[in-house]
Order: sequence, then C-alpha cells, then structure tokens
Amino acid sequence: MALARKRATDEPIQVPDKIALSLNVNGVERRLDVAPWTTLLDALRDHLDLTGTKKGCDHGQCGACTVLVDGRRINSCLTLAVMKDGAKITTIEGLAKDGALHPLQQAFIDHDAFQCGYCTPGQICSAAGLIAEGKAKTADEIRELMSGNICRCGAYPNIVAAILQAMGRS
Amino acid sequence: MINFQYARADDVADAVRMIAADPAAKFIAGGTNLIDLMKEDVERPSRLIDISRLALKSVEETADGGLRIGALVPNSDLAYHPLVAQRYPLLASAILAGASQQLRNMASTGGNLLQRTRCAYFYDTATPCNKREPGSGCSAVNGLNRMHAILGTSEFCIATHPSDMCVALAALDAKVHVAGADGERVVAFADFHRLPGNTPQHDTNLRRGDLITAVELPAQNFAKNYSYLKIRDRLSYAFALVSVAAALELDGERIADARLALGGVAHKPWRNAAAEAALRGAAVNRATFARAAEILLRGAKGFAHNAFKIDLAQRAIVRALTQAARGTPQSQSDKKVR
Repeated sequence: MALARKRATDEPIQVPDKIALSLNVNGVERRLDVAPWTTLLDALRDHLDLTGTKKGCDHGQCGACTVLVDGRRINSCLTLAVMKDGAKITTIEGLAKDGALHPLQQAFIDHDAFQCGYCTPGQICSAAGLIAEGKAKTADEIRELMSGNICRCGAYPNIVAAILQAMGRS
Repeated sequence: MINFQYARADDVADAVRMIAADPAAKFIAGGTNLIDLMKEDVERPSRLIDISRLALKSVEETADGGLRIGALVPNSDLAYHPLVAQRYPLLASAILAGASQQLRNMASTGGNLLQRTRCAYFYDTATPCNKREPGSGCSAVNGLNRMHAILGTSEFCIATHPSDMCVALAALDAKVHVAGADGERVVAFADFHRLPGNTPQHDTNLRRGDLITAVELPAQNFAKNYSYLKIRDRLSYAFALVSVAAALELDGERIADARLALGGVAHKPWRNAAAEAALRGAAVNRATFARAAEILLRGAKGFAHNAFKIDLAQRAIVRALTQAARGTPQSQSDKKVR
C-alpha cells in the first residue's frame, strides 16, 4: 500500500548468522544461538523452555515478562537477548531454593494474591526487584513502584498485602 | 520484528565510525522505545549498534559545582543518585513520575532525550503521519487528539514529546554533550529538541550519526523550592496530559529566581523567558503565579478534544508554583495533589 514502510536505503539486508551467547539463568550456564531480533523473553520461553515468564502485551506495558537481570527487574520483552550476553538472569523458576518456596511465593499464596495467575510470575519477580531496591517502605510506595505490573483480575490489594508480608511489615 | 544486523561498539569513536558506515543503522542502549517501535514496524533499522557497554555510566561532579551525567546512566540510578537527590530533586522527582521501575531500570539518560512521541497515529502504520512518513498528512489534527499539543503546533504535526525527565532538564538549563563525525560539541537543552514546523520527522536538532555522551547540569539553587506536578488519566504509569516543572529561589517574600517548564503540551519541553522574568523579583503570591502561567500559555491553541489542556495547564502551573513556594513538592507516591 501507499504507506508501505521503507528503510532509509534500498540496499538489501543480509540476514545475519545466529549469534552465540551465554546466559547464567537461575544459576545454570546456558549457551544458545539466537538471531539478533530474539528478545530475552523469547530466548527464555522458546529456546530454553522456561515458560514461567509470560508474554502479555509484548510492548512493555503489562509487566508479565518481568525478570531480574543482574539483580534488577526489567521487561524481558523489550530486551534483545544478544545484548545480555554474559548476564545473570533470574526468572520465576529460579526463586524457590532447595524445595522451599521463596517468601514472596508463599506470601502470594497466603494472601490469595492472584486469580488467573497469568501476571503472577511477573508480579513476583518485580516484587523481588522492589525489595532488593529498598525504596518502598509504605503501601503507597509499593503501589507506585509496582505500577509496571498490571493485574487484569484486580488482585492489587492482596498483592500489596503479600509484598508487605514478604518485607516483614505485615 | 524485521530482520536486522547487530554489532557492538567498543568505544565512542568506534560507535560514531560504525554509524557513519551504515545510513540505515541505529544506536541501541536501553531499547525500551526503539524495540517497541521496531515491533510496531515504525522503526526499520538495517543494523543496531549496541552502545550499552560503553563507559558512559558515571555521574561526576564538575569543576563549577554541577553534575555531568553519562549518557548510559539508567533513569532509575539517576533518580536515586545521592547528588541528584540532594542538588536536583526536581530532576529526581520528574524521573520517578515517568514510566515504571522496570523501564527506568533499562532506559538510559541519552535515550530518554531521544524517545519518540506516543501519538497513536505515529504508531499506527495504517494511518497517515507526517512524522513517520513525511508528506502523508497528519491524522491527529482532525482525529482523536486528546493527548496532543496545544503550543508550538503546525498544520503538519501536533504530537507531544513524551518525556518527564526532559521537562526537568529543560527547567534546569541542562547541556547535552554530543560526539559526531566532526568531533564533540555541546548543545543547550533549549536547542536540543525542536518544534515540528513542516519537517516533523525530525524530533531534535541532532545530525545523522551523532551520539549523546553526557548531560550536564550547572550549579543551581533550586533544591529547596521546587515541584514536579504531573496530571494524567491514571495515577501512575501513564503519559502526561500536562506536567509542570517549577523551581524557585526565594528571598523572603520575593522571588529571586525562577524556572518553569511544561510537559505534555508541545513537541518539546515548553519554556519561555518572559514567564520566568515575570516571576523574578515579584511577590510570592497567587496573582504572580497566575500571571506567569498566562504568559507561558500565550498562543495556546486547543483542538477538538484537547482544549481542556489550556485551563488545566493554567491551574497546574499555579498549583506547582504554590507547592514550590511552600517547600512541599508533589509526592510521586502519595498522589493527592495538595
């Protein structure tokens, strides 16, 4: 159509070879070969079969894809896997230790902090990042700093209660 | 997403060389806006040059008591940096008013300046948009324009610049350090972004292949009386309808110095020397604030769905200046506007 998008040059683009990279995912060194346009989210789900991390909007608006990269929470859908070569990734699958749930996982159960559960892996990874940041002290501050995680079931009051419990402030 | 090539730059000179060699390449740092636009088919680079590992990640004090912020300092680190919190709390507040913590952890200082409008027509490749496809027309002028600009618009584009951080940087007289094919230069913040005119495809006055290396803040005395007030459709994680960066230096009941900038109303952070001159030397009261607001909003023009922004901006300016004068800046977590 008239508005078909063009690149700035008409030169054909050579499709690049896959790029080899290594990620430390949940404490395990993983090597993979990905195309440059593979997001970290797709690398986790489709290349490493770690489907706990969810694809919601795929545009950084819902937070379902939240994982921790070198300890910081980010949207894995807006991250290229090749840019994170050598990074340490923690997903929802990596939070439980030695068969015991992470305190946030237990708190989400205790407070019934979900209905359908689709946003929950992102909520919990985001909350783990929030607690590590140490900036949220009050319920208002938790709500503000968790605003990147949408829950369409509306479990927000219970999510805030669960995070307060995990912070030891319930 | 389209296919593209990927390369990593080793240093600033390498990055500038690499981009000069490929006219359809783009730099990528945080990627929060660029990858989204690539998924939407709005941006179609042939190659991404990854600058995220360059040594541009420090915040340093300058000789004159200001700060030099590396272009790759993440928005979250900048907002919580002790020297920013202490000397430029207006900037910290504006950053925390924008996006989500996940995005702020990814987004870079330089990238924040270069983020593109969130005009829905710019994102929708099925509609005409002069910014995306020069000459195709503006769908927003006679379309759904509730979020759009009221100042500095043209018949070709009524998009707004989406950044909160940039509104504070404009108010604080930041300078942008740029490396390009012809060497390094410094651009005043007021000259960095531009109005749409008849070439809305250009958001900034950067030249093709330029790389932002740092943002510098001069020494200032606005750490006590300031406020960043952002009005939006939901209380968090939404773009501004109107936002106000207000900073005052008080001398008893008089205003010794003042800064005032608006977000969400124009193609760039909106500032006007005459509005600040009207504050300087004047008494600290509502009439002074209202007069400055009127001057700053002079020439404002509403479209079918956004004329409310003119009144909203007038009142938000008075409120933000009042908060600044009282020394009670708008909280970015307790959302009650007081």
